[in-house]
Amino acid sequence: MELTRRSFLKLAGVTAAAASLTSVGYRKAQAAPGERLRIRYTQEFHTICTFCGVGCGIICNVRDGVIVNAEGDPDHPVNEGTLCSKGSSISNVSYVFDEKGKPVPNPNRLTNVLYRAPGSDRYEVKDWDWALETIAKRIKDTRDRTLEEKAIVDGREVTVNRTNSIGWLGSAFCTGEENYLFHKMARAMGVINIDHCARL
Amino acid sequence: MTNHWIDYQHSDVIMAIGGNTAENHPISMKWIEKARDEKDAKLITVDPRFNRTAAVSDLYVPLRPGTNTAYLGGLVKYILDNELYHKEYVEHYTNGTYLIEEGFDFNEIEGVFSGIEDDPIRNAKKYDRTTWQYQRDENGEIKIDPTMEDPNCVLQLMRRHYEKYSIENISKITGCPEDVLEESYELFSTTGKAGKAGNILYAMGITQFTHGAQNVRSIAVVQLLLGNMGLAGGGVNAQRGQSNVQGATDMAILYHIIPGYMSTPQQATHPTLNDYNELETPPSGWWTNKPKYLVSLLKAFYGENATPGNEFGYQWMPKLDGRDHSHIAMYKDMSEGKVEGMICWADNPAVSGPTAGAKREYSSKLKWLVSVDLFENETASFWKREAGANPEEIDTEVFILPAAASYEREGNKANSGRWIQWQWKAQEAPGDCKSDLWIVNELFKKLQQLYREEGGTVPEQITKMHWDYDGPNGEVDIVKVCREINGYNVKDGSLVNNFLDLKYDGSTACGNWLYSGYYNNLEKPPTKRRIREKEGIGSHLEWSFAWPLNRRVVYNRASADPSGKPWNPDVPQVWWDEAEGRWKTNDVPDFNVNIPPRESAKIPFIMLPEGQGRLFSAFVNDGPFPTHYEPADSPVSNFLYPEATYNPISQRFYEDHVVETEEEKERYPYVLTTYRVVEHYQSGIMTRNMPWLIEMMPELFVEIDEELAAELGIKNGDKVAIESKRLYANGDQKSIEAKACVTKRLTPLMINGQKKHIVGMPFHWGYMGKSTGAVANDLTPSVGDPNTTIPEFKASLCNIRRVG
Repeated sequence: MELTRRSFLKLAGVTAAAASLTSVGYRKAQAAPGERLRIRYTQEFHTICTFCGVGCGIICNVRDGVIVNAEGDPDHPVNEGTLCSKGSSISNVSYVFDEKGKPVPNPNRLTNVLYRAPGSDRYEVKDWDWALETIAKRIKDTRDRTLEEKAIVDGREVTVNRTNSIGWLGSAFCTGEENYLFHKMARAMGVINIDHCARL
Repeated sequence: MTNHWIDYQHSDVIMAIGGNTAENHPISMKWIEKARDEKDAKLITVDPRFNRTAAVSDLYVPLRPGTNTAYLGGLVKYILDNELYHKEYVEHYTNGTYLIEEGFDFNEIEGVFSGIEDDPIRNAKKYDRTTWQYQRDENGEIKIDPTMEDPNCVLQLMRRHYEKYSIENISKITGCPEDVLEESYELFSTTGKAGKAGNILYAMGITQFTHGAQNVRSIAVVQLLLGNMGLAGGGVNAQRGQSNVQGATDMAILYHIIPGYMSTPQQATHPTLNDYNELETPPSGWWTNKPKYLVSLLKAFYGENATPGNEFGYQWMPKLDGRDHSHIAMYKDMSEGKVEGMICWADNPAVSGPTAGAKREYSSKLKWLVSVDLFENETASFWKREAGANPEEIDTEVFILPAAASYEREGNKANSGRWIQWQWKAQEAPGDCKSDLWIVNELFKKLQQLYREEGGTVPEQITKMHWDYDGPNGEVDIVKVCREINGYNVKDGSLVNNFLDLKYDGSTACGNWLYSGYYNNLEKPPTKRRIREKEGIGSHLEWSFAWPLNRRVVYNRASADPSGKPWNPDVPQVWWDEAEGRWKTNDVPDFNVNIPPRESAKIPFIMLPEGQGRLFSAFVNDGPFPTHYEPADSPVSNFLYPEATYNPISQRFYEDHVVETEEEKERYPYVLTTYRVVEHYQSGIMTRNMPWLIEMMPELFVEIDEELAAELGIKNGDKVAIESKRLYANGDQKSIEAKACVTKRLTPLMINGQKKHIVGMPFHWGYMGKSTGAVANDLTPSVGDPNTTIPEFKASLCNIRRVG
């Protein structure tokens, strides 16, 4: 793709990028002198960085429900206030900055349930109720047709209750509680094709 | 990781092998630099590229991709030949003294161990492991020779096995100059002395091979020989690439296990709960507790429907058919029309899977596909014209469910050091975005409702599952999930303190025994703790919670000698206070403190039935000692074993898939390796939509050494085409394109007298998002390790040519 520096700056806002990246690195974090505090009048929330497995602590500064800054948590014993380039940019997932340095929602972020019908060349916006109901019906249809209840092993009948017709992936991005329920749901459906990025 | 990030500060020598920690885990360098600043620690980087970690290292060791077992085997031989191993540690804490059956043997021509036989189902070989067993006396006790001189003892067998791994031979295999090899071996071996700690850290450059498990085993063998396990600054440290890949593994998002690292029931060997317990419970070691953990898991799953009369619901758990069901196998079944539906939770295999282009084609055989993600990813949009597909011909229904960002939801994330930390929510998710917890809860409730109303095939498997996580206002109550994972007493619902409270009789429920204790207090759950250590060795025992039992360094009994005196008194994990007659600790002890030190010294590796570290392991599918095999796509034949193929135990999924003939080796002459850059993340679908990161690393490139670039007439920034056998069919060679990055980071290596070039590509790009580029994994083969089926991403063959 062609991405010139000029078009990028229009997109991201150079002041915002420069201000946020001053704390990048693994040496002790320092505030840049003379920098205007973007974290004024914000509420602080602790979170864990979503990228690699170091598990750095991040403080998110939120004003009027909008994340305006994210920086290394100085109290966190592993990163002690420092972050890498990805961790420092984490708020970009939801907000990017316009030419005046004002946060605007990331235009690429998915915010609707989307559905692509067979043979179609586009997605249509749908609501959650429809999507959950329809997906549950698809799962049920596949499972009801393909579930193997018994298998004969060395002349002996064994209850196996499995389907090889559904694949289930992920995820290392999701929380422990989410993954626990993923596992539980997959096994309840009889799913045996299970994997995630521990292998990829 | 056996240790944790902060613990790196205690290392004397650190070897970064198969992982570019400065680039991919940048904050780890904070602790490595501290060790170098404060105790003059040395950093060795072993990698095919002079990467960012190499750039700040004391010593850089280049090697050809796929030759780590040879490099580490050479280190083992160097340690043994020069008697640099930690003798007391090896004698007391490893199976180096154990005698192996007389029939154990190794064929130096074919490179295989005794017991090799055909495995027609997997289209590969397998082993009968009878001759790999320990010799036992009439009472069933393992025979040992404390002098380690018996020719059948593990240490002597090891000397014989590694006889060929001389520096001269290893240099011919890896391409690393002999003097550099020797310098690195000498430096790392200095940690075999008591009081010194050597740390080996690695990532997918060790695991993603057809011999990946043996690479990891090699690291374990080195660390056992040098006495580096269990102590501060030591360890086998797998640096995890994602924020919760540790946690997702703990929760068994893998076909072959159920939560807490217990095997998934198999139809042939585990027809009943009793069969499972009899076969899976060893006679000694910590896993003797396994039935308690399994029954507690079944109680967590099936609640009041799990009773002693119905094997606690065991028959509702799906049983495996003996086949592989990991990524490669799943997609092969998809290509044959066997898999018709797929759910991907924040997973993008259309970019991150091996032979990704073929996988995208297979996706059109799906009837339905669900993708839960933050951005539109390549897996969901495989049917689009951008993917090279014709939408009209593809009948797959696709559902995209918009997810919440990490800071728009709460829950735990386990880092590489096994710290189960709490991720708090900072803001609401936009639009219709929802957390995966909400989505999975609502979706399963809907499915349960359908089965309750309409019935279906074995509806009980779904309707009997205990599922009660609703909170107020249509939200999901995460505390209910935490309670279930932590474990509770069935009678009154009170939380169990930790897994020592779990029972076999169904009186306790626990979703994952390893996590038990992480949420044992509703007011002050340990996972949410934020209290830094004021003084100590950096264990930070009141910061979050580490599994198991808040232990920060596992196997820490081995940090002290049999009498309880720490090998390194400066940073002791645990030490026996003779005057007070008790243990003192800087960590949670990994042993029974109520028995005398000399008794606990007999079983420092408590998870194993024999209680001692395995220099020799009969539990690895492809051999008890790590052995050098070439990658599946290799430019040379096996220099050590003339008739060896690539790992003979590795399953052959596809015919005519990897480079075999001399003609093919000429057609694809360059060794390709893939990797990551600090500005992007995995399949890139997040970071390729984040403008700050796109500015810093805007597009895909392929790294080529200066000599090769000159030879091919390629200049920096030129567009080049990269070809592999995976893109060749019926005389038609397809390619992917990228910009050339001509660099000094790569240099040609001399492999047994022949010059070989290495090229490198990041695998972050795809055709969706704000920054797009070719998918590097279109080139990589669908072959995997015989223990894990992890694909061989890090070493394959390719050709490069200039475009235009």
